[in-house]
Amino acid sequence: MALMKKAKIKSIPYEEFNDNETYEELVAKLNENGVNVVVKSLDDLFDWGRSNSLWPLTFATSCCGIEFMAVCAARYDIARFGFEVTRNSPRHADVILVSGTIVNKMAPVLRRLYDQMADPKYVIAIGGCSISGGPFRKSYHVVRGVDEIIPVDVYVPGCPPRPEAFLYGMMQLQRIVKVENFFGTTNRKQKDPYKEAYKERTEKILATQEEA
Amino acid sequence: MNLVFQTIAPAELHQEMLRLRQEKKMDFLVLLTAEDLGEEGFGVVYQLESTETGEQVNIKSVCPNREQPTLPTVSDIWDIAHIYEREAYDFFGIIFTGHPDMRRIYLREDWVGFPLRKDDKPEEQNPLKMDNAPLSDDTTCYELQPDGTLTSHKNTIFEPEDYVVNMGPQHPSTHGVLHFRVALNGERIKRVDPVLGYIHRGIEKMNESMTYPQMLALTDRMDYLGAMQNRHALCKVIEEAMGVEVSDRVKVIRTIMDELQRIDSHILYFSCLCQDLGATTAFLYGFRDREKVLDIFEETCGGRLILNYNTIGGVMADIHPNFVKRVKEFIPVMRKGLKEYHDIFTGNVIAHNRMEGVGVLSKEQVIKMGCTGGTGRASGWHNDLRKLRPYDAYDRVEFKEITFTEGDSFARYMVRMLEIEESLKIIEQLIDNIPEGNYQEKMKPIIKVPEGTFYAAVEGSRGQFGVFLESKGDKSPYRVHYRSTGLPLVYAMDTACRGNLIADLVTIGGTFDYVVPDIDR
Repeated sequence: MALMKKAKIKSIPYEEFNDNETYEELVAKLNENGVNVVVKSLDDLFDWGRSNSLWPLTFATSCCGIEFMAVCAARYDIARFGFEVTRNSPRHADVILVSGTIVNKMAPVLRRLYDQMADPKYVIAIGGCSISGGPFRKSYHVVRGVDEIIPVDVYVPGCPPRPEAFLYGMMQLQRIVKVENFFGTTNRKQKDPYKEAYKERTEKILATQEEA
Repeated sequence: MNLVFQTIAPAELHQEMLRLRQEKKMDFLVLLTAEDLGEEGFGVVYQLESTETGEQVNIKSVCPNREQPTLPTVSDIWDIAHIYEREAYDFFGIIFTGHPDMRRIYLREDWVGFPLRKDDKPEEQNPLKMDNAPLSDDTTCYELQPDGTLTSHKNTIFEPEDYVVNMGPQHPSTHGVLHFRVALNGERIKRVDPVLGYIHRGIEKMNESMTYPQMLALTDRMDYLGAMQNRHALCKVIEEAMGVEVSDRVKVIRTIMDELQRIDSHILYFSCLCQDLGATTAFLYGFRDREKVLDIFEETCGGRLILNYNTIGGVMADIHPNFVKRVKEFIPVMRKGLKEYHDIFTGNVIAHNRMEGVGVLSKEQVIKMGCTGGTGRASGWHNDLRKLRPYDAYDRVEFKEITFTEGDSFARYMVRMLEIEESLKIIEQLIDNIPEGNYQEKMKPIIKVPEGTFYAAVEGSRGQFGVFLESKGDKSPYRVHYRSTGLPLVYAMDTACRGNLIADLVTIGGTFDYVVPDIDR
């Protein structure tokens, strides 16, 4: 059996998190094939750093965005957990908090923002609208959940969620980041675009040669 | 109030409108509402008001042709009609002949059908498209020929040699998902073309299949910084239509809540404007005080941002026992906070240089473009509904209507800052004598509004927020249209920004104080 790791979050004891079952499943899946002790130790070091400096993208479409601003401000202060570096460019961001309704016209824009972010990247769906369409589910112009467009790591329900829920959601993400195998998996999620393009090109040339 | 119309045939519409504008000085087009009348065709209701005399006239015109509905444009008489007519075209497909820019405004340019028509099935014809929304550089203008046929010609928005910069929809200082296409001449702005609809949720269409109490939930989510006032307006129009008189206690509670909401909104305005100009400390100061307002809301309403407090015939629950005490504690804290805001930001040389004389709008311009609220008052237009047509408890309190004459960004900023002070005064006068009484009138389990057309407006945090309601006597409305406070402001961006530096677009937009979900609905 591979080593079973429990991520430790300073502010909340492990037992007080709500869905530990899903989490343990995820950890078991990550460690399915066992890991190298040396690599895992290095992973831990990297993940410790990564999980405590997740940079969110300043992205908000409606109400939840105002609550996100409140979370950034003095009373709730996300700087305590290392999330305070909100980035305006997706290319600098690690995590996108989808706060607010995503409508059909916005969907390609959100997809593009997600594509522009550098790997490893994470998505948190904040509020009812981004989880399922929320109160606007019946509308003709609303996407019923952002997971139709982009993969979501953590869902934070509420309309809008309380700032504490934001922080809890962010900590759930920290737990996920903390157990990830970084070397060889997370840092290799995205294939090298140059290599891909080269491969495609050579295949094309070979195909044309064969035809000739 | 029940709207009384004068019906005018499409052929005479333009002439009659011009007469009203010139002879009766109807210089403010409050709202333009299109509606689907079924067999009869499409109707458009124009609500006009004279800013000098306060007189109001409502005009209705019906175009009977369902295949190709046309009406003459009034955009040459009132500037704001430019954007209202585009909205009517987008939702109903009514072509306004002579309008220079007949494009869709909220929906994608390749959208099929007109969603607010009763027989349209928007979802079947428009699956989710993941390719980029097309944005054309030219637009169509239609003309009606004497023989009844339509001809069209192209108008250019941007010339091929224009240098066009996109701002948004993902931009931190457009305050939401707003998209500006800005044509530049060096660093100077030549033209601003706002592209809306990135948060268009079709609330008006959804309302048509909802019961009246269900509708209330969505108003909070339009202008989330004016949640109380939005819901107040909707409750007001339904109560007036049904002839329900709320108790004195409810009136006073609603007034206090509206003013607290205004303070909340203006603090956020201050914080975000400062943040946009790079003053991060001021942002933290603002949010520190805003949390105190939210605490007061939370105790009574249970919510921080989406409050769900007003209901038809009263409020959801009585005020919390701590409410009076908390509000009284808050007033001196806020006064002290205001002083700090002025110390840290208002006197700042950079702030003065960035805001004084920038983005000037004259009084004529704001009236023509229908920019109510602080933006209008900064240019000297006395448009405060709390003074013009006092509702609820506003007739028994003393307060000043803040107006300036400069019309620049700094005046717009100062209006909001001074309005916080006035709001505190209003609360101070009311908080000690909240009368006894019911907090909720007894209503029937199923609420039906009598047949007719109704309109009610309140002074929202950023202007006149109105609700147009047409009922056929059912338990859900036939047509609902909201007078968005932000739509005229976004339209005015073009006029205010022309000739200014690109960096000033952020300040001008910040001082206009629009909330995008309220524009898009």
